[in-house]
Amino acid sequence: MKIPFVYNLRSVTNRPVSTALTALGIGLVVAVFVAMLALANGFVAALVKTGSSDNVLLLRKGADSELSSSIPREAISIISASPHIATGADGRPLVSPETYIVLNIRRTGGGEFDVANVVARGVSDKAWDVRRNIKIIEGRRFASGQSEICVGSKLTGRFANVNVGDVLRFSNRNWNVVCRFTADGSSFESEIWGENEQFQNVFRGGAFQDVAFRLKDPAAFDEVKRSFAADQRVQLDAHRESEFYASQSELLGNILRFLAIMITGIMAVGAVFGAVNTMYAAVSSRTPEIAVLLTLGFRPRSVLASFLVESAVIAFIGGVIGCLLALPINGVVTSTTNWASFSEIAFAFRVTPQLLLSGLIFAVVMGVVGGFFPARRASKLPVIQALR
Amino acid sequence: MKFLPLVLANLKRHKLRTILTMCSVALALFLFASLRTVVTTLESGSEVSSASRMIVQNATAFVIPLPMSYATRLKSVPHVQEVTWANWFGGKYGDGKKFFATFAVEPESYMKMYPEIQIAEDQKQAFLKEKSAAVIGEGLVRAFGWKVGDNVTLQGTIFPGDWTFTIRGIYHPTKKEYGDDSFMFHYDYLYEREPARVTPGWFIMKIDDPNVAPTVAKTIDDQFRNSNAPTKTGTEKAFAAGFASMWGNVKLLMSTIGMAVVFAILLVTANAMMMNQRERTSEVAVMKTVGFSDRRVFTLVIIEAAVIALTGAVLGLGAATLLPIVTGFGEGGFLPGFHVTAGTAVLGAAVALLLTVASGVFPAWQAAKLPVVQALRRVE
Repeated sequence: MKIPFVYNLRSVTNRPVSTALTALGIGLVVAVFVAMLALANGFVAALVKTGSSDNVLLLRKGADSELSSSIPREAISIISASPHIATGADGRPLVSPETYIVLNIRRTGGGEFDVANVVARGVSDKAWDVRRNIKIIEGRRFASGQSEICVGSKLTGRFANVNVGDVLRFSNRNWNVVCRFTADGSSFESEIWGENEQFQNVFRGGAFQDVAFRLKDPAAFDEVKRSFAADQRVQLDAHRESEFYASQSELLGNILRFLAIMITGIMAVGAVFGAVNTMYAAVSSRTPEIAVLLTLGFRPRSVLASFLVESAVIAFIGGVIGCLLALPINGVVTSTTNWASFSEIAFAFRVTPQLLLSGLIFAVVMGVVGGFFPARRASKLPVIQALR
Repeated sequence: MKFLPLVLANLKRHKLRTILTMCSVALALFLFASLRTVVTTLESGSEVSSASRMIVQNATAFVIPLPMSYATRLKSVPHVQEVTWANWFGGKYGDGKKFFATFAVEPESYMKMYPEIQIAEDQKQAFLKEKSAAVIGEGLVRAFGWKVGDNVTLQGTIFPGDWTFTIRGIYHPTKKEYGDDSFMFHYDYLYEREPARVTPGWFIMKIDDPNVAPTVAKTIDDQFRNSNAPTKTGTEKAFAAGFASMWGNVKLLMSTIGMAVVFAILLVTANAMMMNQRERTSEVAVMKTVGFSDRRVFTLVIIEAAVIALTGAVLGLGAATLLPIVTGFGEGGFLPGFHVTAGTAVLGAAVALLLTVASGVFPAWQAAKLPVVQALRRVE
């Protein structure tokens, strides 16, 4: 026969301080677990969202990032003539030859060397159609031939002179900020965009860094890859844009996940020790009570299950506390340098329902592991001695 | 002190509880010290770098190179003693899974500029003589098993194609923080194959007096302000600090987690101490009856908490100090020079003390204020 669940609930509330301390300890572990994975998820999500699976990104053969790539001007007309490129409403191919550089920009309130590497991307007028996730939230697109730029929404507040109407100075030239855009939370929001021809003159005469274009038929990517690899006139690697940006997040994403699991793993052991202590104390202070249960005819197995449930309940409360503690960081924007592209990326912590669920499961597992040995002791109490 | 056996006897009463609590404290301090060490290691770059070396790079972006002609102009700036230059090559070996820094350097002046790079004299001469020669750090020997005389082919990510070098020297850094997994070769080797693209990525200068660094920086930056390649000049220290700041909020995150860990374990310890005291109510009453003063009872409980916290601290901080040495984690690689600093150890000890006070004070106060008569009656 099973011992009623109510018995466990009442026992838990009988020792409020001890229960609260144990639950809070587990809660902090869960909070750190959720927060760290939310950080890793947010970072990876920002980069994964950057690319679209309908787009192709061309880089120079062997280049592992946009920064180290270089595509000569002569190659652009060859690329634009590819039959795989989708055409826009005006009948022109949806292709954007781009320049890419990371600018040294001083952080607001930082010293002269407290700098961030902000991406300045020179794009063609078709880039706004190729990159479908871009939405202008303030101002207008930069005009061709002008010293004008658009800034990603995540730069606001972190750097000076990045509001519409401001003048940002870099590379010995003044640039008028004419618009601010969002990009569905992706890493484009940490970039400065200008016209490719303007940026090319001031930064890297003569060459582009990458070419992005929309596929006419998204399923034909493999064919596109083959045709560019076989083309002797150009030295290019074709990447599916979504896969390329996802791979840029791999290094740091893996480091963050590894840290999250290692740190919370060690913390979890400490919290389990706490649960073991609490449950042993509970068992020893309730020795006569347990003996009575056994005398009444409850099976040792039921007693074991009952104490495990009790431990799991305490841990579950802790898990809920932990999730509640971690929830407010959802959406908080933080930033770090993505070493794969050597640029600073701002992104939001992402607390997802799945993450909260795994936090709760993690808590219950800690509770069950911590409760097992004390519960076994309870189930094996010698009845007569215990009653005496 | 004569009551120490009493404290020990109390600790032995619930051996398992005492051990588990100590282990929790040890784990917490291990994590705390390790997380803090990540932060101090990231910052250590600026501490080991020289204040009399200065770096000149492109003010717009570090990836844009500077003209070669700057070398002679920099040399003529007052207080500048020596000038050398380097280029980031960005080479990949094999599958490219193991990252290492590859530089093209002006060999003779670069070796003179960085006395931290220790290399046998005959290997150095062999490296200087041969244009396709390379010098590598000991870390790369560990990673790839390369040795002097090997031909190594790297794939260029910035300068495409296969590049073959002959390893002529293996260096050993004087300071671990300097790192030992760099790959260095002749600037001329790179220049001759890519003459149209290659100019120095950055210049490194030695100045005769660290105090004039700001003046030197200003002189240089003013000189090139309106040129095609404006410069940004600063001490190596300042650049290293700026580099550490690129981690952005990661450092803050590490510190926050460190606090959370300590607080979580504080709860575990405090709970164990309170359980101990709750079980000993009658005992404390008896002790008071036979003449123990409130103060003595209070001290005994605090000492008990201190023994748990300090033993845990010694174990945890000891493990954090020894682990990188035993596993070789600090030997170059991702965080070169990873080691627990004295500051971190002191901070860890302070945390242990705080833990003692915070976990012991409430149960101790309860024990001291225990009304004897009522407590004895409750024993029935």
